[in-house]
Amino acid sequence: MTEPLKWVYTEKVKEHFTNPKNILEDESSYKEDGKGLVGNVKCGDQMLMVIKVDKEKQVITDCRWKTYGCASAIASTSMLSEHAKGMKIEDAYKLSPKDIVKDLGGLPEHKIHCSVLGDKALRAAIDDYYKRNDLENLIKKEAACTICQCMNVTNHEIEEAVLEGARTYQQLQEKTKIGTVCGQCEKEVSRLLEEYKTRHFKQKAR
Amino acid sequence: MKSRRVYLDNNATTPLHPDVKRALSEAFDIFGNASSLHSFGREAKVALDSARNRIATFINAQDDEVIFAGSGSEANNTVLNMISCCSAICDTKCKGRHQSIISKIEHPCILETSKCVQQKGVSVVQVGVDEYGKIDIDELKENISDNTMLVSIMMANNEIGTIQDMKTIVKLAHDKGALFHTDAVQSVGKIPVDVKELDVDFLSFSAHKIYGPKGIGALYAKSTAPFCPFITGGHQERGRRAGTENTLGIIGMASAIAARAKEMGPEAERLVRLKHRLGEAIKAGIPDASFNGHPKDSLPGTLNVSFSGAEGEAILLYLDIEGIAVSTGSACASGFLDPSHVLLATGIGPEKAHGAIRFSLGRETTDNDIDYVMEKLSSVISKVRNMSSAYSKK
Repeated sequence: MTEPLKWVYTEKVKEHFTNPKNILEDESSYKEDGKGLVGNVKCGDQMLMVIKVDKEKQVITDCRWKTYGCASAIASTSMLSEHAKGMKIEDAYKLSPKDIVKDLGGLPEHKIHCSVLGDKALRAAIDDYYKRNDLENLIKKEAACTICQCMNVTNHEIEEAVLEGARTYQQLQEKTKIGTVCGQCEKEVSRLLEEYKTRHFKQKAR
Repeated sequence: MKSRRVYLDNNATTPLHPDVKRALSEAFDIFGNASSLHSFGREAKVALDSARNRIATFINAQDDEVIFAGSGSEANNTVLNMISCCSAICDTKCKGRHQSIISKIEHPCILETSKCVQQKGVSVVQVGVDEYGKIDIDELKENISDNTMLVSIMMANNEIGTIQDMKTIVKLAHDKGALFHTDAVQSVGKIPVDVKELDVDFLSFSAHKIYGPKGIGALYAKSTAPFCPFITGGHQERGRRAGTENTLGIIGMASAIAARAKEMGPEAERLVRLKHRLGEAIKAGIPDASFNGHPKDSLPGTLNVSFSGAEGEAILLYLDIEGIAVSTGSACASGFLDPSHVLLATGIGPEKAHGAIRFSLGRETTDNDIDYVMEKLSSVISKVRNMSSAYSKK
């Protein structure tokens, strides 16, 4: 007997994809405390996330979302929204897409890119909540730093390129043209490359 | 698990025809090397010759104009590589020519190979298409010159099904003394292909798109066209493709072609009708759907539809859960980040390309299948749109 045919991703992904949790059904009547919209339909994925917050306890009481995205984006955001509900805001802020992927039983490497969208949208929603409540000092500024002065490439663009599959300095150069003029930034770029690879793809040793 | 399965991905590949299964099972014992002089070899040679004749006849070629290859992709690579490296072409009528022309909607095995060719010093121009996927004839005219060595344009497109006006574009190439190649992998066995009538110099085709086995394709090379082998080091295929012939594959391909000769005409009519049914049902039942490809000049079984506000991979996988197999132009399904280059070339924009679904019907598709697909498709699209941040009812 051959094994029964497995689905393309894990059973956990299938479960959340088939029956996604916390979809934002009626956007117009939802009274949210924070709202985040990230991504772009032109690039193939977009995520909208809204949260309600218990302001005294600083706890997320509800978290709902909508996406123009693939199965991995749907499943990981469904899982993320379940995690976020009942969480302290500051803890939710730190939720890592890597943990979500782990809970989903893993995703193929080229789908990691899709799974970070929910996480980004959640942080955008929290930032929006902070802004609405004069708590801007709590927003973790992740202002982009220009790494390659010649080609004007930021650390965010390097991270994005890693998520999109760049694994070597050469591949980064192909995607971003980084370091193609004076080349002074090579050392710093290589360091960031390793950091982002570790952050998004390396599993902790068991 | 649901047992009902509907396969609407026949442009990707097809199930074996029952005749092919029979022919293959009867050929298992033909194991000799067709190059050997002894009886075992001669047995294989006889089978090979007869298969070649059947295939050549089907496309109106001479037997020795058909060169077997490992795939349609290999056949395409053979032609493109010839123009970059080889004296066989440089020394003939194309001597001193340094440019080739392809289209923006070619298969990756042409597009990617062209990049390699370019690095070897041949400039490759990509001509665009109109909104239906038809070659921009004016752009082709502007680019074609006495410097053009080869024009390679696919006869029918795998994603949107659009069939080109071959006679016009072949004539443009020949008028300037350029060679003409067409990737006819989606055409041979689905629509009439006659190499004499088309007047092409090279034509690639494959078995597994027409109910034959995988791993076998062929290249038609006109007897008067220059030729240089891609795989060297053997005298097989008259020195034009080294390597012991894939006897079983070739027998399977010939059997598939024989079946096409009988079934192609009536099947095309049936598929056009089924495709029309599916298209009309989508129009009537699902709002904000738009159709890609040419309304008339299109492969009989190919229907490409964009569902606005719904992402393609999600649609594909919800349909998969219902047992329905389709394909999508979405980047997310392919492992690449850009959506279908074919759809983008038609100018529909990235959003519609990401939400495009290709239904490719085949000889096993029934009316019941179309009913089943419609029963499931509406609710799948509603489900995806209901959770979409990019869809609001118009």
